[in-house]
Amino acid sequence: MKHSYYTYIIFMALVTYLIRVLPLTLLRKPITNRFFRSFLYYVPYVTLAVMTFPAILTSTSSLLYGGAAFIVGIILAWVSGNLFVVELGCCITVLLMNTLIH
Amino acid sequence: MGKNGKAPAPGDEIHESLSPFFRGMRDAIPIGLGYFAVSFSLGIAAGNVGYTVFQGFLLSLLNVSSSGEYAGIVLSAEQAGFIELALMICVANARYLLMSFALSQRFAPTATLFHRLTIGFGLTDELFGLGIASKGWLNPAYMYGAFLTSIPLWALGTAFGVYAGNVLPVVLSEALNVAIFGMFLAIIIPPGKKDPVVLGSVAVSFLLSLLVSIWPLTASISSGTRTLILTIIIATAVALLFPLKDEPAQEIRSESMEES
Repeated sequence: MKHSYYTYIIFMALVTYLIRVLPLTLLRKPITNRFFRSFLYYVPYVTLAVMTFPAILTSTSSLLYGGAAFIVGIILAWVSGNLFVVELGCCITVLLMNTLIH
Repeated sequence: MGKNGKAPAPGDEIHESLSPFFRGMRDAIPIGLGYFAVSFSLGIAAGNVGYTVFQGFLLSLLNVSSSGEYAGIVLSAEQAGFIELALMICVANARYLLMSFALSQRFAPTATLFHRLTIGFGLTDELFGLGIASKGWLNPAYMYGAFLTSIPLWALGTAFGVYAGNVLPVVLSEALNVAIFGMFLAIIIPPGKKDPVVLGSVAVSFLLSLLVSIWPLTASISSGTRTLILTIIIATAVALLFPLKDEPAQEIRSESMEES
């Protein structure tokens, strides 16, 4: 059976909301467990990295474009760190390669 | 409104003529403008897998979280099971647990459950940062004002992204496909300059993600499941090998995780 996107959206919203309010309402003590704190600290970096690569390669019509955007993105993120500079740099890279190579 | 359970800290608000609600609105305007641009790229990703403009709007209005929403977009496009989706959302949004714990310390003992329940809804990295940065007990009116000028823009940005992906020429919309990844890179790379463990974790994550997606035995795993499993394995390994120093609150870094 195919689920509608609405079902997914509502379900996601419920889970996200629970994560946000449970500590605020029920578990008001800070987390002291060192492993758990470390785990929560590293999770965002790992999960965003896994979602970025290699997905970026297949997000464009050629692996080359996505690969170039990936490299440009890493360099710009390292040098400038500004979110919009990095986003724009990645997009322009793909746009340029797409128009120049065609 | 009688919802102001705040004991002002000395010096706080003395020179402010605006009410807390309007100060919140004002302080969150830059956040809202940033949100519009960022959630635009989420809209591009959502549009690519068939979300309508309204679905994109609803997705962002109800979830207000970029990595969680993106994970959800990927999984819903794969028609993933709900247990898997719940686990993935928990992982992608795990840091909100920490923020929620931290912010709960800032509520006045008299703060009502209602305020806790409604403020929790808008707990993003940036709005958490505003709340933590304000002095004294957290002022619910201040937070509601901040929500008002940021969250609607977040939702509109996604709706606009879906629309733009549909109407822009293919060359442009293809270029916009990588925007979301640029955003992720801007979040995960800069902290690596100061923290070699983060840098190493990111590099290992790139590598393992690539290997798992091309290795014949694991290549058929959906990208959602791959993200979930790899995140748990890698983050567990790093947390065991390089646990944080025992200083509570050092991990709350809304600046470096600037993302919602």
